Amino acid sequence: MAFVASKETYSGKVYQVNIGTGANAANLGGENVLPFHSFEGTVPNKPVIAYEIQDVPPTDWPENVQKPYSSVSGDPVAWAKFCQDNLKAKAIALRLLGTHPDRENRSPEVAAKTVKDVLSAINVPLIILGSNHAEKDAPVLVAAAEAAKDRNCIIGKAQEANYKTIVAAAMANNHKLIAMSELDINLSKQLNILITQMGFDKERLVTDPMCSALGYGLEYTYSVMERIRLAALTQNDLTMQPPMLADVGMYVWKIKEAQAPESEMPLWGNTEERGIAWEATTATALLVSGAELLIMRHPRAIEAVEKLIEELV
Amino acid sequence: MALSGVEIFKLLPKTNCKKCGHPTCLAFAMKLAQRQATLDACPDVSDEAKRVLGEASAPPVRPITFGSGDKAVKMGEETVLFRHEKKFVNPCAFAVEVKDTLSESEITKKIEDVLASEIDRVGQKLRIDAIAITNASGDKGKFEAAAKLVSSKAPNTPVILSTTDTAAAEAAIKLFSGKRPILYGANSSNADAMANIAKTEKAILGVTAHGLEDLSNLTEKIKALGVEDMVIDAGSVKAKDILGNNTLIRRAATKKNFKPLGYPVINFVQRDDTLLELLVAGIAVTKYSSVIVLSSIEKWKNLVLFTLRQNIYTDPQVPMQVEQKIYNIGEPKPESPLMITTNFSLTYFIVSGEVENSKVPSRLAVMDCEGLSVLTAWAAGKFTATKIAQFITESGIEKDISHKELIIPGYVAILSGSIEDKLEGWKVTVGPREANGLPAFLKARAA
Repeated sequence: MAFVASKETYSGKVYQVNIGTGANAANLGGENVLPFHSFEGTVPNKPVIAYEIQDVPPTDWPENVQKPYSSVSGDPVAWAKFCQDNLKAKAIALRLLGTHPDRENRSPEVAAKTVKDVLSAINVPLIILGSNHAEKDAPVLVAAAEAAKDRNCIIGKAQEANYKTIVAAAMANNHKLIAMSELDINLSKQLNILITQMGFDKERLVTDPMCSALGYGLEYTYSVMERIRLAALTQNDLTMQPPMLADVGMYVWKIKEAQAPESEMPLWGNTEERGIAWEATTATALLVSGAELLIMRHPRAIEAVEKLIEELV
Repeated sequence: MALSGVEIFKLLPKTNCKKCGHPTCLAFAMKLAQRQATLDACPDVSDEAKRVLGEASAPPVRPITFGSGDKAVKMGEETVLFRHEKKFVNPCAFAVEVKDTLSESEITKKIEDVLASEIDRVGQKLRIDAIAITNASGDKGKFEAAAKLVSSKAPNTPVILSTTDTAAAEAAIKLFSGKRPILYGANSSNADAMANIAKTEKAILGVTAHGLEDLSNLTEKIKALGVEDMVIDAGSVKAKDILGNNTLIRRAATKKNFKPLGYPVINFVQRDDTLLELLVAGIAVTKYSSVIVLSSIEKWKNLVLFTLRQNIYTDPQVPMQVEQKIYNIGEPKPESPLMITTNFSLTYFIVSGEVENSKVPSRLAVMDCEGLSVLTAWAAGKFTATKIAQFITESGIEKDISHKELIIPGYVAILSGSIEDKLEGWKVTVGPREANGLPAFLKARAA
């Protein structure tokens, strides 16, 4: 019995979404096969990893992931430049956490100024994220989108509760948009449809099906991503074809395994290595299930995942 | 490929004799197709039908047990490419490489690390499953010595003997008689001799070739020599090839029922960079590997790999549940807050994570709602005032706390009055709707 490789021809493809401007602009997606299946189709772009920074010092991050940024994280501009210039970040994700009502409750105007300052200091693509407070994110992201006009950023996250204003702001200022729904393929599809019904071009969307950390529901994100990608490729479902985002860092660095000291959990081994490995492995699983854009925190985790990506293409 | 009910029916006696316990042969055929009945229930079936049905009903990836006794590992039996379609059946085994060039004390240390690797996670005992002794020295004596050390210090741990030297293989394998080791290293130039050793010693043969075509030819040849149990390796080293070859192997087996590749896959992922090695192993875990050989097994690395394997091999149709009980978060005092939620594992993980983030020591009552989330459980009548009151009363928590206040999820605010009616003397407070509101909620109360 002779072996014949059973190769798939898919009817759909993932939209190619361009972010940033100038020489450092990047493309997400564009492939017409499952992740890293270059043996049966074209994979024009590698996944992109964005370094996560925030507008307030990362006192809410565990010590081990604060450390690499301790000299710069008091100032988002210095932090962004450090990621771009010293760590060779291909993209940066600025989380406007300080706007959250339970945090510093900063105004949209203050957030907009931070965005402007960060953008004037970097030339890699920028992802602008709210504080994940649906109500507050709307005015914050509107102001941020205006401040970043024509820099071709990704703004987000638009959710069912607040998408209308954010979509309008992304459209008016020529940005890409993250559409986030909660771990359900149908909700994700529905949100994409609602957004495109407002006249937003579906080829400018990035889908966030909601991330989860290894050991904390990773299998749900993994399978939702696989199913979204299969719908895009095998059923040519146009509403499921945007590239996908895995917002890895914020989910990983709050769980116990990423921070419990070895003295308390001797069977778990070195705390720092464990946290880095946890973030990198969560990212790895989501890359093979379909993520094209990752947001991560620890420079060593990012470096390892970038090495892996080189081995996968 | 599995046969349909009608195809099976054509092979049956069509006498409707009912001896199988089904009203008609067609009904029996339908049950066979769904694998809810077995052919031996039919006393009159022909030998020809047995042969055809036997071949068709054999699992696309051959089931093989690696090792013996309590630590034996089941491999194969997989039927799908994507875990949402159907549960992945047999979790992959992790093995650590022990090179025969290492000193006796280095080998001993590795063996001890394997024996001490067991961790309990969500009620499952997880460990490094096997030791792979590799003949890096090329010397028969050193290989045998390393094997001796492993067989005496870890007599119950499944073993992979990796060598292409048939004399070394023959010498070492005798130390694992009856223990179902994997003899890895059969290739196109030594296949006859290796097959012979595997057959004599009842070992599983690890077959390696360059590419899938050569590999299929080789497994067919070895099968013809009388060895049925094999693990296969297409020579995949780079992550790209592990993903590509493993995918094509799983597809050939499950979608085309291509027998020459219907065996569990073994991958060697050793790298100098241990973190990169972990990630390549992660590719192998997610993409269909049955045995993964590592160069090092740091504790943190093991925990990550065990957790990933557990996540990928979870049954997607059964909600993961946590045990019903009152969990302490931090070190709660008698006056610390008491919250309640359901036992869907994701709900528990998210809620307990946010409570932990609040740094407010608390008690979290997790109620058995058959693994449903709060709203679903409420809608299904499993998270009701009566059941909550009963759980809180029977838990005996009243003895440990100095207050009688229960915080319920915001989504079931509607239950607050009826819980107060049923839990005499208790006050019910409505918490936030989403778990991410908990840190602010708890901190504001503590202030």
